[in-house]
Amino acid sequence: MSQRNKAVYVGLDIGSSRTKVAVIDAAGHLIGRAVKKSGTDFSSTAKVCLDAALQMADAATDDVAGALSTGYGRGNARFITEENKTEIGCLAKAGYHYFPEPITIIDIGGQDNKIVKIDGSGQRTSFKMNRKCAAGTGAFLEEMASRLDVPLEEMNGIARRSEHMIKLGSYCTVFSATEVLDNIRQGKNVADIVKGVFHSVIKRVLEMDLLTEKVVMSGGVVANNPFIVDMTAELIQRPVFVSEYPQFVGAVGAALYAREAAGH
Amino acid sequence: MADEVQVPRKKIQATDLMNEIMAAYFYDLNEAAISASRKVAWCTSVGPAELLRAMGFAVYFPENHGALLGASRMATDMIPAANAIGYSPDICSYLTSDIGAFLRKTTPLSKAYPGIQSVPKADVLVFNTNQCRDVQDWFAWYGREWGVPSIGITSPRNIGEVTEIHIDDVARQTEALIPKLEAVAGSRLDMEKLRETVRLSRECTELWNKVLATATAKPAPITFFDGTIQMGPAVVLRGTQQAVDYYRVLLAELEQRVRGGIAAVEHETARIYWEGMPVWGRLRQNSELFARLGACVLASTYCSSWVFPSLDPQDPIRSMAKAYLELFIVRTDQYKEKYLQDMIEHFAVDGIVYHDAKTCPNNSNCRYGLPQRLEAKTGIPSLVLSGDLNDMRCVSDEQTKINVEAFVEQLVEGR
Ligand code: SF4
Repeated sequence: MSQRNKAVYVGLDIGSSRTKVAVIDAAGHLIGRAVKKSGTDFSSTAKVCLDAALQMADAATDDVAGALSTGYGRGNARFITEENKTEIGCLAKAGYHYFPEPITIIDIGGQDNKIVKIDGSGQRTSFKMNRKCAAGTGAFLEEMASRLDVPLEEMNGIARRSEHMIKLGSYCTVFSATEVLDNIRQGKNVADIVKGVFHSVIKRVLEMDLLTEKVVMSGGVVANNPFIVDMTAELIQRPVFVSEYPQFVGAVGAALYAREAAGH
Repeated sequence: MADEVQVPRKKIQATDLMNEIMAAYFYDLNEAAISASRKVAWCTSVGPAELLRAMGFAVYFPENHGALLGASRMATDMIPAANAIGYSPDICSYLTSDIGAFLRKTTPLSKAYPGIQSVPKADVLVFNTNQCRDVQDWFAWYGREWGVPSIGITSPRNIGEVTEIHIDDVARQTEALIPKLEAVAGSRLDMEKLRETVRLSRECTELWNKVLATATAKPAPITFFDGTIQMGPAVVLRGTQQAVDYYRVLLAELEQRVRGGIAAVEHETARIYWEGMPVWGRLRQNSELFARLGACVLASTYCSSWVFPSLDPQDPIRSMAKAYLELFIVRTDQYKEKYLQDMIEHFAVDGIVYHDAKTCPNNSNCRYGLPQRLEAKTGIPSLVLSGDLNDMRCVSDEQTKINVEAFVEQLVEGR
């Protein structure tokens, strides 16, 4: 440990589309974070993110009192840790850390989405992952953005301008793309189509499971498109909660596991 | 979770003997087919095998061949050939891989048993639709191909209580098969022989049930994955002395394991029930995935489907009808729920994995809310794995891995 003698805990969430690293202090506060496209070299991306997150936390590698990895590429973090947990476990861990009560977490990521339920003691009671297609995931949004020829990062703002949503009926990405093209051909308003695309994502997720009273959302798609949170709240007719950095919930969970393993 | 740890697999010693018996069975079938010394009957896995055997047919089970196509990882390459002639990728992948392999003139039997060139040509195909309609369509294809009769029993399905009316129906259909089969066999059915075959079949299934019941021990001496291999003789040789003899040997070995506290999965930390078809193309991978996590998949509906307590040599035909109607796959969800609840208790299970097989709705019991109802009733958590028995295009290894790891993590943390 460096002279500052500041114990920090690191969580690395190496997802198939983005790598997220969270650094927390002994009290569990998020003091450093970094995110980057995972690319093809998971280890080096994770290293770059780790360095950036530590720097933000004003910590050095020596200060790392515990680290744990999660996500699709969790085996690629051996340069710092051998320990790993599933992303479902990490989401539950951090979800309960932020909201210590019975909750349902809806996580929408680049390649998959998950619904995780936790009881009042923090114990996971069930989880569901989407099946083997893009429906309800970030990959679906990306495909639709490309069909509509709008930058992915502008989808959120465009959806907010919609006045009449155009619903997409199919849950197959290819069929939905055809529907989108058909609407473009008919000269429909792009904002209305984009809103329909978000609506489709949420519907796919909501049909996966029942929700508990309190619902929390996380994941990269949620972080980049807060519109999706508002729309979900409207659909389920109650508030939806989001932690401060929704994209880092899994990484924070990993860091919390690391802290626990170190005896905190 | 250490991904790279190698899991030592504990070999069941009796397996060598089983392999010998299975080899003898396939060579005998091959001999019957090529020399025309005996008539060959194809039979569905829970069809009237005792009747066929008693009539002197060499009996072949194409579903077993389907499983071999899956386990040898040939199936996925064969399926497109059947798709191309109009058999949809959405229907039974045993059917599509088997017909595909036939069209491509190949079989895993050739590799496993040198000298065998093809599946044995049938003189008659005999189905029972107690399990599904696909078997009838499957046999109909071969019937047209070879110009041989495809006959069978169209069974009631989705039955709650098995009543005398159901039994009458199936028993009469079974009796009606006899003259047709006699015409093919060229000889009359000897009732005494049928009684003896039913007696042996009953004995075989009783022993097989005892084999499966050894997994109630903690730790369990055998896994579901072992069971899918060990059930070979119960499927293809029930009604013979060899099968009975084999299960005596296997049972003795497993009882010995139980006495010695020998675990099929080292450090058994979670006991899991498998509901649905095996993923044949991932048998070893799945077995290792669970074992690495200390999770023992120790019981299943699938392996228990070859247990027929109602077989009665005194009343062979009616008791066969009853036995083949009482099967899990023939019953209502209400019955299935109760059955699974009993199995959970019997085997002291911590969690259930449902395999949602894309091409077999008949063995996918997670599509009408059953897991949710059972979980609410028992508190035992469940997981649904999307996949397939033979079509590996429907399987995502990464999703399987994450789901299984997260599920075992949940079970262990929930202690
Ligand atoms: S029960 Fe399923 S796997 Fe078996 S033959 Fe029928 S459809 Fe195929």
